[in-house]
Amino acid sequence: MGYRRIDGRAPDELRPIKMALGVLDKADGSAYVEQGGTKVLVAVYGPREVHPRHLASPEGSIIRCRYHMAPFSTQERKNPAPSRREIELSKVIRQALTPAMFLELYPRTTIDIFAEVLQADGGTRCACVTACSLALADAGIPLKGLVASCAAGKYQDQIMLDLNDVEDKGCQADLPVAWLSTTGEITLLQLNGLLTEDEFREALSLALKGCRQIYEIQRETLMNYYMAPAKELVSEVGQEGSK
Amino acid sequence: MATQQEERKLVFPGDLIAEGDYFAGENTFKRENRIYATRIGLASKDGRRIFVIALRGTYEPKVGDTVIGKVIDIGFTNWTLDILSPYIAILNASDVFRRGFDPHRDSLSDVFGIGDIVLAEVAQFDRTRDPLLTVRGPGLGKLTKGRLERITPAKIPRLIGKKGSMITLLKNETGCQITIGKNGYVHILGKSREAEELVSLAIRKIEAEAHIPGLTNRMTEFLRARMKGSEDKER
Repeated sequence: MGYRRIDGRAPDELRPIKMALGVLDKADGSAYVEQGGTKVLVAVYGPREVHPRHLASPEGSIIRCRYHMAPFSTQERKNPAPSRREIELSKVIRQALTPAMFLELYPRTTIDIFAEVLQADGGTRCACVTACSLALADAGIPLKGLVASCAAGKYQDQIMLDLNDVEDKGCQADLPVAWLSTTGEITLLQLNGLLTEDEFREALSLALKGCRQIYEIQRETLMNYYMAPAKELVSEVGQEGSK
Repeated sequence: MATQQEERKLVFPGDLIAEGDYFAGENTFKRENRIYATRIGLASKDGRRIFVIALRGTYEPKVGDTVIGKVIDIGFTNWTLDILSPYIAILNASDVFRRGFDPHRDSLSDVFGIGDIVLAEVAQFDRTRDPLLTVRGPGLGKLTKGRLERITPAKIPRLIGKKGSMITLLKNETGCQITIGKNGYVHILGKSREAEELVSLAIRKIEAEAHIPGLTNRMTEFLRARMKGSEDKER
């Protein structure tokens, strides 16, 4: 048997992933992503009117993104006020999504994205990007493709995929990556810690492999969601007819 | 019919629809000879043009569209209406008080109050300005009776059906007057509350099943079964 991690995974193995769409009634689009112990919920509103008005741009839609961790999402209670880290991640998530969007289509409007971390177990920014892209698609906002995101890192001198909280806290390096499905563009690339050039290449290709797997799950989720209500209603109408 | 349904494949943002000598229509984009979808919807082909009929999305005003709006504010010379779009619509007083509108004499709130539902047409709209409405036209103006239903604007073509087949079916089976606002409001006026409720239910069913083939047949079956049921109860 090869190298096994603290949670029994192989180095190139993702945590179990669950995704759901349309989980919020009042939002224009919404998605929920669970990646191991990490749980995030995303709501998308828009394109809609911009308030305050002066933020609006005649060149196209603006995006406002809020990444937030619920006070109960961590081991110790987290102060609900947005921290320096959350403000940075909001910006980073927004920038990871922007290359996928056609903002010029809706001048003077805004697209508001709210990403709430319900449980943090490492890789929350990546889970948020993945969920945001699903929620944007669900809201009917034109996209070049889906953005899938996943991190790779170095823990105990081993390059591995999708670090969990324990690995994240003790890691030598962490490399979150977001990848745009159609063009193959990398829309997010951050690196915390030290990697040699070879290690970096290895970690990046591992992270991209993870992104591709996550993209497949995103597509499957969309497919299931848009085909499922059909089945229920078809059978209901069938019963009506037989009465 | 069968071939057309086969053509209409459910696609998601970034899905490759076609490769080669095609051009990109609505909700698609072209990159290196490949056409990709930008929204969730049904991929269709019209000659060389590839387009996607979106299943989700907000209403984008177009000049000439009939819309149903709700009055949200009254100004000195105009009303503002919510038309379920990213843009707030304007209806000018001069459009209603035809010959010479006088802000001293004419009272805007006597015509349309806040919360009133108005059937109007989009007269002007472009990237730089909010949509301007008009109520000059046959049947346009305040709606006072009936019931209002909402549908995803992207699914209105399915509610209307091919050459109006679906909406004609709904009208004939239930005997209701149905006015569709392109923005997603549908006004229903029938002889009884039951008939109006049936139309509401049918609209919700169309919304949920818009992308499943054989919609018209299923709706016919559904409406007939329900109408028969209510007749039996009356006896």
